Amino acid sequence: MIALSDYLLFGAVLFMISMAGIFLNRKNVIVLLMSIELLLLAVNTNLVAFSHYLNDVTGQIFVFFILTVAAAEAAIGLAIIVLVFRNRKSINVDDLGSLKG
Amino acid sequence: MNFVIPSFAPAIPEIVLLVLASLILVADTFWSKRYPNATYYAIQATLIIVAYLILSSFSTERIFTFNDSFVRDTFADVLKLFTLAVSFGVFLFAREYLLQHKFVSGEFFVLGLFGVLGMFVMISASNFITLYLGLEIMSLAMYAMIALRKDDAQAVEAGMKYFVLGALATGMLLYGFSMLYGATGTITFSTMQSVIASGQADGIVLAFGVVFVVIGLAFKMGAVPFHMWMPDVYHGAPTAVTLYLGTAPKIAGFAIIYRLLYEAMPGLVADWQQLVIMLSILSMVIGAVVAIAQDNLKRMLAYSGIGHIGFLLLGVLAATEDGFSAAMFYVIVYAITGVAGFGIIVALSRKGMEFDRVADFKGLNQKNPWLALMMLIIMFSMAGIPPFIGFWAKILVIEEVVAAGFTWIAVIAVITAVVSAFYYLRVVKAMYFDQSEIAGPVEIVSPQLHWALSFVAILLLALGIMPSSLINLAYLSI
Repeated sequence: MIALSDYLLFGAVLFMISMAGIFLNRKNVIVLLMSIELLLLAVNTNLVAFSHYLNDVTGQIFVFFILTVAAAEAAIGLAIIVLVFRNRKSINVDDLGSLKG
Repeated sequence: MNFVIPSFAPAIPEIVLLVLASLILVADTFWSKRYPNATYYAIQATLIIVAYLILSSFSTERIFTFNDSFVRDTFADVLKLFTLAVSFGVFLFAREYLLQHKFVSGEFFVLGLFGVLGMFVMISASNFITLYLGLEIMSLAMYAMIALRKDDAQAVEAGMKYFVLGALATGMLLYGFSMLYGATGTITFSTMQSVIASGQADGIVLAFGVVFVVIGLAFKMGAVPFHMWMPDVYHGAPTAVTLYLGTAPKIAGFAIIYRLLYEAMPGLVADWQQLVIMLSILSMVIGAVVAIAQDNLKRMLAYSGIGHIGFLLLGVLAATEDGFSAAMFYVIVYAITGVAGFGIIVALSRKGMEFDRVADFKGLNQKNPWLALMMLIIMFSMAGIPPFIGFWAKILVIEEVVAAGFTWIAVIAVITAVVSAFYYLRVVKAMYFDQSEIAGPVEIVSPQLHWALSFVAILLLALGIMPSSLINLAYLSI
């Protein structure tokens, strides 16, 4: 029997991996996109686990919405990456430094 | 299972907005060649129609529909009307910029309109799903708008940065939502409030959720320490888009802060108040100090925006009804001042000359005294100098913070307001006491913009002299 806490731990681990992917990654912008997807999957895991545990279907419906919007978000993200590549001929994170922030 | 058809009446403005925006999107592809201005006029007409629909069905009742996922109340109606008014001004200014820079595109206006739809949904959200969808409708439109200038490397880079950090913020917010759902078993704000009040929910899971929700909101609003994206995005984006980003979305952002923190989680004040205090103080200090070092006016206004968010959060951290009213007044004033502040850059920029450096404003008084006066009013209003409207906004939030017993925060707020006056006055000094570096006259690109800009600047003064009606409106809405 897998307990609720195991799922939450799994979600937290996914969350941590995606955070590390976003902040430590210095190479490729596509990895950022993958990390963002992973972040949303961590949320989905949490929601489904809670939904099952609470015997309430709302959480699973929420997951459908998140999955759909994540697809739209990925489409826009990839479009912007294509533009970045056209302008700079590279998609390295380090090359995205012309604006000093 | 029986299915009850929900009442569509409260959501009529949103439905009309969606239908018209979709129609314009399709029509634009057909008429853009022959009638290049048609999309712009259609968009402005849509905003007016929606404003009329809201006004004609205005009521002080609180109506829930779609199974409690959508709410219409005075708070929502008032904020929506201001969103429409601000967006109207934004599109008016943006059009001239697009004409000057030869990238007239219907997409800008259509995306802008979809962004307004997202803000509407956010303002009326009454559960997590509606709130999330509204936020995403708005954000996705804005990511595309920033990167709309496909050949501009800076704009595309700004779009990429905003996309990654915006998605991260949404992820944080959602992670918080999942925790709150797990602890309370509901996603509807009103039910969540009663569950939390009954004390059945697990305190640790709730606190965990609150932290993530507040971090997500701080990211979206650009509060320190989650502000890194703001100067870059404001600077990199085309000024017309910066104008859009820096104004109306802040109203929607405030609306979700109110819905989440005050309607859903008033029982967890102890948990979120500390976080908001930290965010508020850091934002005010960093916003005031770092802005001094900026030469680019757009970057300076971005840091000034961060400082304004800090002041806005003063009203939130008071955690009272009056506190939120003061914050609501602040955000409305901030949005109007933002239209004027970014609007003047838009109005002066032309092909090959962005007019966004502080140095560009040197000696403006000799070249164009009326324009210099407008800029003076805008800068004074942002700094919070009486009799301009910015003064009343600042004094109200500070009053509410003192009333809530945080006098020491009010002291910090006043000190940062004085520090931030320095960089606003630096622009004024450049205009009135320095020699111009630009050869030739400085003119606003079109007479309509001249009128529009004069109107907004005089509005800042007029509202500052007679602020009571707007203040009463904000206090009656919550």
